[in-house]
Amino acid sequence: MSLLQIENASVFYEDFQALYDINITVEEGEIFACIGANGAGKSTMLKTVAGVLVPKVGRILFDGRPIDHMPPYKRVELGISSVPEGRRVFPSLTVHENLLIGAYRNRKGPWTTDAVYDLFPLLRPLKKRQASGLSGGEQQALAIGRALMANPRLILMDEVSLGLAPVVIKRIYEAFPTLLENGCTILVVEQDVQHVLTVATHVACFLEGRIALQGVPSELTNEQITAAYFGV
Amino acid sequence: MKTTTSTAAAETRPYSVWVANRTNLIILGIGVLVLIIFIVFPFFDLTSWTRRLVEFFCYLALAQLWNLMLGYAGLISVGQQGYIGIGAYTLWLFSDIIGINPLISVIFAAIGGVIIALPAAALVFRLKGGYLAIGTWVIAEILRLIVANIKRTGGGSGITIQATSRMAQDMGAEGWMPLVYWWALASAVIAIAVTYLLLRSRTGLALKAMRDNDLAAESTGVNLWRTKLYTYLIAGAGCAMVGAIEAMYSLRVHPGSAFSVNWTAYLIFITVIGGIGTIEGPVIGTIIFYVLRETTSQYGTWYFIALGLLAIVVTIWSPAGIYGWVIKKTGFMLFPLQRKLRFAREGETPAPLASGGEKAVA
Amino acid sequence: MDWLNAIIQGILLGGLYSLFAVGLSLVFGTMRLTNLAHGDLTVLPAYIALIIVGSTPRFNPLYAIPMVMVIMFVFGYLLQRGVLNFVVNSGDIAGVIVTFGMSIVIMNGLQEAFTANSQGLDAGQIENMSITLSDQLAIGWLPLIIFILAVVVIAALQLYMSRTKMGRAFRAVSDDQEAARLMGINTKHIWAVAMGVALLIVTIGGVMMGIRTTFNPLLGADRLIFAFEAVIIGGMGSSWGTLLGGVVLGVAQLLGALVFGPAWQILAGHVVFVIILALRPRGFLAKTVTA
Ligand SMILES: Nc1ncnc2c1ncn2[C@@H]1O[C@H](COP(=O)(O)OP(=O)(O)OP(=O)(O)O)[C@@H](O)[C@H]1O
Ligand SMILES: [Mg+2]
Repeated sequence: MSLLQIENASVFYEDFQALYDINITVEEGEIFACIGANGAGKSTMLKTVAGVLVPKVGRILFDGRPIDHMPPYKRVELGISSVPEGRRVFPSLTVHENLLIGAYRNRKGPWTTDAVYDLFPLLRPLKKRQASGLSGGEQQALAIGRALMANPRLILMDEVSLGLAPVVIKRIYEAFPTLLENGCTILVVEQDVQHVLTVATHVACFLEGRIALQGVPSELTNEQITAAYFGV
Repeated sequence: MKTTTSTAAAETRPYSVWVANRTNLIILGIGVLVLIIFIVFPFFDLTSWTRRLVEFFCYLALAQLWNLMLGYAGLISVGQQGYIGIGAYTLWLFSDIIGINPLISVIFAAIGGVIIALPAAALVFRLKGGYLAIGTWVIAEILRLIVANIKRTGGGSGITIQATSRMAQDMGAEGWMPLVYWWALASAVIAIAVTYLLLRSRTGLALKAMRDNDLAAESTGVNLWRTKLYTYLIAGAGCAMVGAIEAMYSLRVHPGSAFSVNWTAYLIFITVIGGIGTIEGPVIGTIIFYVLRETTSQYGTWYFIALGLLAIVVTIWSPAGIYGWVIKKTGFMLFPLQRKLRFAREGETPAPLASGGEKAVA
Repeated sequence: MDWLNAIIQGILLGGLYSLFAVGLSLVFGTMRLTNLAHGDLTVLPAYIALIIVGSTPRFNPLYAIPMVMVIMFVFGYLLQRGVLNFVVNSGDIAGVIVTFGMSIVIMNGLQEAFTANSQGLDAGQIENMSITLSDQLAIGWLPLIIFILAVVVIAALQLYMSRTKMGRAFRAVSDDQEAARLMGINTKHIWAVAMGVALLIVTIGGVMMGIRTTFNPLLGADRLIFAFEAVIIGGMGSSWGTLLGGVVLGVAQLLGALVFGPAWQILAGHVVFVIILALRPRGFLAKTVTA
């Protein structure tokens, strides 16, 4: 059984349709990458999976169970957690408190604050600092750590590398294998296409609310991807 | 006026912006007729109805002004009773102490309202949103307490306005009441006209932009603070004027009732039930309020409980009010403030409209 | 000596105001809702206590306080889930209108049930006991207890917010509602608990005030305004600021009454509030607001 299935989902912001008839299947243990131009609908899809948006048409199945009308917190309980676009760490909370919020639903699993500090050692000395004072890279590490604290089976990452220095991006991507080892499937949205394709096991290219191309990266040519990305 | 929307930008068809349509013109004709009937109404010796209409017009004017602040400027005041009270006492001051004809003193009341509103705005505008609302209430309480603590104004037990009482006595009810009536009618017409004209103007567009999005309005160079201030001043002047008319009507002023927060309760009810952000909404709301008042106000507290519950229920489940519901069902507006976008059909040039409404061709 | 007395009584009165203010501030902080029914919700618990102890007291109303606190917590929770959660994200206007409507309903409901006449709660001996400092200066036990309770409550709330999981969730929701939901926090529940806690705190002040003086259904408006003034004077978002704001307001009122006469008591408080708003619009101890 697939971990996540999105079937014929159409999603609206009031009257504006952001996603048209999306079909996606994510298998356990995958690194599933979503790419596409600005405004293509990638974040909208992640929010729909997380539950802050509800599809008007279509279904979402997690582990074979329909979850489309579950509120976000129930989905976190099932093991879906998020690294939202723009990090969205809680500015007035300390680094440590941010991590503890990630564990709010008390899901059992390998991730603890110590495990996160081991994964991102840069966070350990910042433990007591307010998150608002962190650098962009530190905040991103914190946002990922916070999502891991939920001990997710599926982690939704939105543009984790945006605005970060190459070394920081490298460190974040280096963490991916550790996540997979710990039973966490990754659904990642990325602007940096070249980089993500080297690690992804599956890629879906969004274009104006639709999926223009899907497949295994090694089986797709650069031309195909460029065409799907720009819609030519 | 140039109008572009994202949908329009995507379309290549010519379009025009329609502000009014023929039905609106017919309605306008009917409106003028109704106005004439209202003007001549007191000549048909129906004193009890004249009295009722005085109150009706006062509530209508107040509701329009409250709605102007709320629906278009996002300014929520629960302290307009402060201006109503100031208006009433200014009337007393000018007619009894200074000795000016009360019918003229009404104008001074409006000026008094502005004089109070200016510093009040400078203070309460430092607060945001809901806290601003409580701030307006504090201002009203300060005014009430000052008036109630001054001996000369009769203190907490209020005072009879001698000038108006004398005139009412000399002329008799048939002579006096129509004069009050015309002032009340004028206040309602002025409130509606000012609201309408203001909203059709550039400032009106700015206000709507502001209601939709503070940031967007800011970035297009709209001076938020100033536009909010203008609506607040206009509402202050208008409410004071109505307060003065109310005082002429009741011949007495009393701090407890002139400065009563019940005024706000009524205004909220009227505007919310009728429909926030439209001119027609408060008209409908005032009629409903009036019918409710005439039939159930003897039940006292239950009447207030009903008003409160209705305001809650409508705000949560049908925030556009009755008139919003009508617009949604019929697409019809009596006072067209929203510009409707109409695309020309294939091969049709957009016909400019007969009325003087603004139009634009992209 | 009169001055000293007015200042001391004002400080003690300020403790009471800060009890009211903390609730208003808590609700605003967690859900950006300005609750105009807050004042009436401070009057309500005194009536609930009255029902519990009966008009010929079955027992001391002080013992009823914990029970009333529980009732008000449950009431606040249900009120939030049943009504107010619908307006939390609909902007200031909807919030103000709905809570103003609630205020009218509660106030008139209380009048309908208990008449507009003033009532009192009789706690017996303690109401008249005082500590004599000199022959002209005495501190009543009851006002002192109220003040101490205010300090204890504010300290406890601080601890609750900073040390417990629930307090952390309050702060997270206050910072970023959507991110909090993505982390598995049920914001509807958090808001309801916040309202429950706010009313639970307000209950202490409401019932104690009912014992100390009399109460009637019309007191809500003034209580709301006092709470609001204390919040603004103290600085939004700061609990200790709220205590300071309450004290400033209480002292201003009693000094005003001393100098100009009792009729000017409340006005003196408003005037000091206005001066502070004009000179220091962010209050004394405002927390720096993070974006
Ligand atoms: N809250 C919102 N209200 C209305 N429309 C929205 C909202 N959020 C996004 N949209 C619109 O939905 C479409 C898809 O947006 P989305 O954020 O999913 O794009 P994206 O692929 O994540 O883009 P980016 O790479 O820039 O983050 C865009 O046209 C956007 O303008
Ligand atoms: Mg995005």
